[in-house]
Amino acid sequence: MAVQVQTGAPLLELDRLSTHYVSAQGLRVVRAVDEVSLKLHAGETLGIVGESGSGKSTLALTLLRVLPPAARIVSGRMLFEGEDLVRKSEEEMREIRGKRIAMILQDPMASLNPLFTIGNQVGEPIRVHEGASRATAWERARELLKSVRIPSPETRVTQYPHEMSGGMRQRIVGAIGISCEPRLLIADEPTTSLDLTIQAQYLNLLRDLQKQHGLALIFITHNLGIVAKMCDQLAVMYAGRLVEYGPVSQIFNAPAHPYTEALLNSIPRMGDPGQRLTAIGGQPPDLSRLPAGCAFAPRCPQAFDRCRVEVPPNVAVGDGQSARCWLAAPHASAAIASAGAA
Amino acid sequence: MSNPADTIVVPIGRRPAARLNLRWLRDFPVIPAAILLMIGLVALFANQLAPHNPEIGTLGARFKPPFWQTGGTAKYLLGTDQLGRDVLSRLIFGARISMIVSFFAVLVAGVVGTTLGILAGYVGGWVDQVIMRVTDTWLALPALTFAIFLAAIVGPSMWNIVIILGITYWTRYARVIRGEVLSLKEREFVRLAIVAGCSKLTIMRRHILPNILNSAIVLGTLEIGVVIIAEATLSFLGVGVPPPEPSWGLMLSDGKQGLMVGYWWLTVFPGCCIMLMVLSANLLGDWLRVRFDPQLRQL
Repeated sequence: MAVQVQTGAPLLELDRLSTHYVSAQGLRVVRAVDEVSLKLHAGETLGIVGESGSGKSTLALTLLRVLPPAARIVSGRMLFEGEDLVRKSEEEMREIRGKRIAMILQDPMASLNPLFTIGNQVGEPIRVHEGASRATAWERARELLKSVRIPSPETRVTQYPHEMSGGMRQRIVGAIGISCEPRLLIADEPTTSLDLTIQAQYLNLLRDLQKQHGLALIFITHNLGIVAKMCDQLAVMYAGRLVEYGPVSQIFNAPAHPYTEALLNSIPRMGDPGQRLTAIGGQPPDLSRLPAGCAFAPRCPQAFDRCRVEVPPNVAVGDGQSARCWLAAPHASAAIASAGAA
Repeated sequence: MSNPADTIVVPIGRRPAARLNLRWLRDFPVIPAAILLMIGLVALFANQLAPHNPEIGTLGARFKPPFWQTGGTAKYLLGTDQLGRDVLSRLIFGARISMIVSFFAVLVAGVVGTTLGILAGYVGGWVDQVIMRVTDTWLALPALTFAIFLAAIVGPSMWNIVIILGITYWTRYARVIRGEVLSLKEREFVRLAIVAGCSKLTIMRRHILPNILNSAIVLGTLEIGVVIIAEATLSFLGVGVPPPEPSWGLMLSDGKQGLMVGYWWLTVFPGCCIMLMVLSANLLGDWLRVRFDPQLRQL
């Protein structure tokens, strides 16, 4: 997808945001999200990829401030439409959740309460946020079902979740997501529990909804195929940090970080029967005991001495593309930003 | 979406749905339900059914045996007690007291226990700690002794007994419901409600409560048996329903001296009534538990 040149203030801007899990005695600190900075404009789609445990989901939970009790946002700012979400009170956040920022969870199959009708659940955010009457919410629910292409919405609103197929339930969860016309929709691996044809259908639907409503979309996934199809911007996370960030087409053509390169190489290709699957050797590091230098250094085929001692800075490598890698540093000549600065 | 499976013609003339609707009734415990229904009806229509006034007896007709024994008359079908009161009439009115006490005591216990259980389970943190420690302490008290103690303080009356039994037996609810809420709050639909901006109160009311109601009802049915016995025990010990009113426990208590000299009908009939009601409630509760528990349910 072509990258539109965006002007004006971004819809969402993360500025060196860090979320840590602190153990009960305060002895173990897990840096789940560490100094993450990124920008997202209205109508854009950002893909966040990374291995399990790289902090993708924690980042999503941080955005909505629905972290588990052990997690703390320790530093940084989250500017959403110019307001810093880190400073909001719980009541103010509740106004934002579901109304201005909505989220689709990892397992949409289980996201519906089995005891209530579809109409009731799709209408719930409307009633919570807009104080709409039961009848209005019901009416809106029916329109929403139609907009997510549920056939015969008139009868479907009165049915219960168990009467729906997986793909339908998924679309209903999507309908709940857009029910209050949010500006930003976060989808946390929304298609992992679906089979491939339904996946494609659902992704198309999300894209159409995005176009209609001018939504910004954050797509958390470990499927680079989905990123290629859906996203404008890509953020690659490793051990809680953003190791590479920039427009998808640029990163896919010229990854600047060896980790991104390894990820791209590990996608199996069709029509190449003799080739073995490439895997990245080693294991992701323990987030509470990160190595001194670059977190990826122990697994990096191109690591040299400096990587093991010094944390690499965030280096701009192209138009809007940046990477945290010493290898990228020489190309960027004078453009070396101090570590983490946006 | 048109599905080829939809177009297959079912060769049977009537729709299968008509048969499926009755499936939830499978293994329904007919006899226990009938007994409970009967006791309920008897309690409701006690005024019409009872042949005599249950509280005023004829002193001239003391210790009459049931009609089939020598000395028994058809006037007093199940005999009379030490004050010449008709045992059958007292049993009939006693059913009313047992029904009211057990239903409302279980209701009080259920409301208190379920509320505390949901709060402890969902809010967590210090709220959970406080509620569960109170529950532990409560469980450590011998329930009956505690009830006697309370009854001695507030004095005997039927509604006092309801309250006393309610606040004695809520602990089981709190424990079971809390456990269920703990697993429920990790469910995805609760998380979806959180990210949709629902407040804690809304989530507890709309998403947690309806999902634990099944368990609460099952627990309640099983608790009915416990509460009836507790009421009978309290009345037997003289701190329950006060004397002129006919309660099954009180009848047992009044009849206990008579047992030594052969007036067996004073204790056996109320004893049987208590046993039948408790057994029926437990069997019905057991059936409900199996019905509502998806893991025990075979499809």
